[in-house]
Amino acid sequence: MKFLAEIEIMPHKELLDPQGKTVAKNLKYINIDGVEDVRIGKHIKITLEADSQDDATEKVKTACEKVLSNPIMESFHFTLSEA
Amino acid sequence: MQVNDVLPDLVTAKNLGLTEDEFEKIKQILGRHPNFTELSIYAVMWSEHCSYKNSIKYLKTLPRDGKKLLVAAGEENAGLIDIGDRLACAFKIESHNHPSALEPFQGAATGVGGIHRDIFTMGARPIASLNSLRFGNIETPHMQRLIKGVVSGIGHYGNCFGVPTVGGEIFFNDCYNQNILVNAMSVGIVKHGETVSATAAKPGNLVLIVGSATGKDGIHGATFASADLTEDSAEDLPAVQVGDPFQEKLLLEASLEAIAANAVDGMQDMGAAGITCSTSEMSAKAGLGMKIDLSKVPTRQKNMHAWEILLSESQERMLVVCEPGKEKILFDIYDKWDLECEIIGEVTEGPMLEFYEGNTLVAEVPAESLVLGGGAPVYDREYTSPEYLEKIKAFKTSSIPTPDDIVQTAKKVMSSPNLVSKRWIYEQYDSMVRTNTVTTNAPSDAAVSYVKGTSKAIAMTTDCNPAYVFADPFKGTMIAVSEAARNIVCSGGEPVGVTNCLNFGNPYNPEVYWQFVHAIKGMGEACRRFETPVTGGNVSFYNQSQIGNQTIPVYPTPTIGMVGILEDASNHTTLDFKNTKDIIYLLGQTQNDLGSSEYIRSIYNVEYSNCPYFNIDDEIKLHDVIKKLIKQKIVSSVHDVSDGGMLATLLESAFVNDKGFKIDTEDNIRIDVALFGESQSRAIISMSETNEARIQELLLNNNIPFTRLGVVTDGEITVNNIDFGQITDWKKTFETKIENILEHKS
Amino acid sequence: MKFGVVVFPGSNCDDDMIHVLGDVMKSEVVKVWHKDTGLPGFNTSDCIVLPGGFAYGDYLRCGALAGLSPIMSAVKDFAAKGGMVVGICNGFQVLCEAGLLPGVLLANSSQKFICKNIHLKIENNETPFTRLTSKGDVLKIPIAHAEGRYYADENILGQLEMNNQVLFRYCSPTGEVADEYNPNGASRNIAGICNEGRNVFGMMPHPERASEEILGNTDGRILFESLLNHVLESA
Repeated sequence: MKFLAEIEIMPHKELLDPQGKTVAKNLKYINIDGVEDVRIGKHIKITLEADSQDDATEKVKTACEKVLSNPIMESFHFTLSEA
Repeated sequence: MQVNDVLPDLVTAKNLGLTEDEFEKIKQILGRHPNFTELSIYAVMWSEHCSYKNSIKYLKTLPRDGKKLLVAAGEENAGLIDIGDRLACAFKIESHNHPSALEPFQGAATGVGGIHRDIFTMGARPIASLNSLRFGNIETPHMQRLIKGVVSGIGHYGNCFGVPTVGGEIFFNDCYNQNILVNAMSVGIVKHGETVSATAAKPGNLVLIVGSATGKDGIHGATFASADLTEDSAEDLPAVQVGDPFQEKLLLEASLEAIAANAVDGMQDMGAAGITCSTSEMSAKAGLGMKIDLSKVPTRQKNMHAWEILLSESQERMLVVCEPGKEKILFDIYDKWDLECEIIGEVTEGPMLEFYEGNTLVAEVPAESLVLGGGAPVYDREYTSPEYLEKIKAFKTSSIPTPDDIVQTAKKVMSSPNLVSKRWIYEQYDSMVRTNTVTTNAPSDAAVSYVKGTSKAIAMTTDCNPAYVFADPFKGTMIAVSEAARNIVCSGGEPVGVTNCLNFGNPYNPEVYWQFVHAIKGMGEACRRFETPVTGGNVSFYNQSQIGNQTIPVYPTPTIGMVGILEDASNHTTLDFKNTKDIIYLLGQTQNDLGSSEYIRSIYNVEYSNCPYFNIDDEIKLHDVIKKLIKQKIVSSVHDVSDGGMLATLLESAFVNDKGFKIDTEDNIRIDVALFGESQSRAIISMSETNEARIQELLLNNNIPFTRLGVVTDGEITVNNIDFGQITDWKKTFETKIENILEHKS
Repeated sequence: MKFGVVVFPGSNCDDDMIHVLGDVMKSEVVKVWHKDTGLPGFNTSDCIVLPGGFAYGDYLRCGALAGLSPIMSAVKDFAAKGGMVVGICNGFQVLCEAGLLPGVLLANSSQKFICKNIHLKIENNETPFTRLTSKGDVLKIPIAHAEGRYYADENILGQLEMNNQVLFRYCSPTGEVADEYNPNGASRNIAGICNEGRNVFGMMPHPERASEEILGNTDGRILFESLLNHVLESA
């Protein structure tokens, strides 16, 4: 079976996100005010073959834990659908 | 005084890292029982990192005075040395070992950020940085991840901040497998009279916090000791600190602008122990106190406790003290640079540091009692000569057989990660920004940056061969200082000052402490002879590996950062062979000694051997003669003999312009000893035929031993009539070895 | 002729550029602050330089946030009137993000920051920025960037070639243009381009780092000399 995993990786909420902070400050230059916070992460799509939903979940989770995110700095969550 | 329901007991004090004696001493100082916030303040200020309690006794024996020194060692954030033309040079090296082992990218990045902050806090503009790295086995995936992370972290911060990384060194050894060392050095320039002191200056002055908001960074120890630790608060704790070089660049420009506007009375960056350390040190320095309202401190996270704000080590923050009335100038400047700035308190007559939350007094301690040189404890630990020294004494050079195939052996030695080019690493560092770096296009033993608007240049280097120090801490550290001085002299400079980064194991281990004490003695002895005062630096203890139930310290690694001056930048001397048929000399004498050489480590796996032959009088004589040769502008290249021995030196001189060499090694010395021995106080020079007579005369007049080794060729290498092949083949391994390992190319 | 060097927060080659233009080339040069909304005192025989560095920390995309700065509207007006604009490294990235030059600079194919000397072949010497060079000349100039891979779709690349807008390509020391001399994976080895009007120029390498004897390389000077010569000739 073919699955599509859509993974979102975000810096841990308690960590400083210099990039998000700088983007937030600059939105004023295009007259967007009222911005309270910006945090920037990554969106990753993986298409994969797996035996079952559980198997796919396991594979994606391992990929997230071992490579795609750095658990010291980032958290992840993902959705899985049949592709 | 806000008093918690339950006052902290000895168990809490111990959890915070304090001893029973220290806990008693705190009660004595205060004349009462401290609350948790106060206890946390003492715990961080009396920690090894802030108080130097286990090292200061010996650090004070180092030479700390010199005619060019503008501030005494330890007085300010970094050393300050007069370089003439009404300019001064500020420089310092610092470790970030444990954070880098946890998260290599951010650990190394924030290390670079911290050391630059120390320099521009004094009003100096950083013009160059260097780094000294120690890694374990490069072949393991774990170490490869650490190396890549550290290198890109250093690059990320330095490149963005806009200060060139001009030099450094890397040494691989299994003793660093679990505990890598990341030491970063910054060098800055400041005009006389534009320096700023880390002082509160006068009562009534305003205290401002500038830069990033304060979060719960770096407060693990205290958090887990605090009584009210809940699952929530543990989850709130950032495991690593994230560096923001962009913010620091703004902080740099704004700080220098504020100083130029005469609006700053005192300034201190926030590193370890954040607000606590900066307020207490600035107050104690002036013999004053401060009244601080912590509720005015901008915070990144909600509901922070007073002690969390006090201990936070969030990056890119400064404490600034100004006269009332000048705050408007500061607000305008910081606003121009989009930096947050808040008045958080004022300087008082003292002696107390008073911390409030709004109207509630949450902690009150005498500033003086917290700081090094004041009330902070000073210890002398016991030490004993390490057992392994017996194994070192047992080594004999004669036990090493002369190899049958010298060419193949040489190829193997020269492909050691310790000897090959670190190009893969340094190409990730911007070495040219600020357009001062002379050595990117003209390499020499030390990095050289010219000082715009003058005829001068500054030479910089970091050095330490930990294998030598392991074998003999006293002599090995003398060699580290000597090699640094030699690198500066070979580049055309005059050594003027030293900063040190002392990386050792656990000071409570008497064998480790023995290494520490003897290393300091050796450093002091060598620095006195070279007239290079030690202006400051840092101490990093507890660098060790846990193997089974054994704790193994890293090799003692007292990294020497040295700065030198080229009064005339045109005296800059490069290390490369320039013309075919130029004549090659070895200055100094090769001893029959293979101790601690890369050769016996890489070919024979010898772990215990003597520190290489070294005599400081020979070393000083060598420096004097090299200075004369350079001043007369009669040498074409100068390159010192160090790690890897003479063959490594010759190859490095040959690689730059794809030259080769045809040489005969010294009489009566085994070929492997001649090529790979690391006995000290030697250098390779090259010269044109026309200058040879003058050089010979100068060497003879100065009574320096020398050997005419041979000549520079078009690329072929011949040693004692043995064909060593073409330089281009050697260069291929030299240039690509590290890349091949780290990028898994074969 | 006067130069204005724009200082964005995070610019870090602004001082280097001012040093070369002022102390080395002996030209009049002033700093221009990113919050300025106009360029008073500059006319079309002057030149605005966007220097290298990490404007806004290169956060989001390099050049993206700087492109929103108030000064960039003024720079666009200035360029539209025919004033000369030069972007070096991060300045080139800003020009692309601001729409003053076509294409974009992507992460190097090695995914790493690279600082080293490279060689550039002159492709078009009939512009104010290259007029003292000869077609086919090779210059040794350093690069220092993590995002220098020039990219544009085939259409745009075709137009650039047709209009002779490619100024420099990465090459060997002897001028051979080939993949192995392309340090960052740039499309068609492109290192620098200009607009159709030949008054807006962008390049990734740093000529200001190769303009002084003491740094051991003066190959970059000819580009600044060209700008000065152009103004002199057209006066």
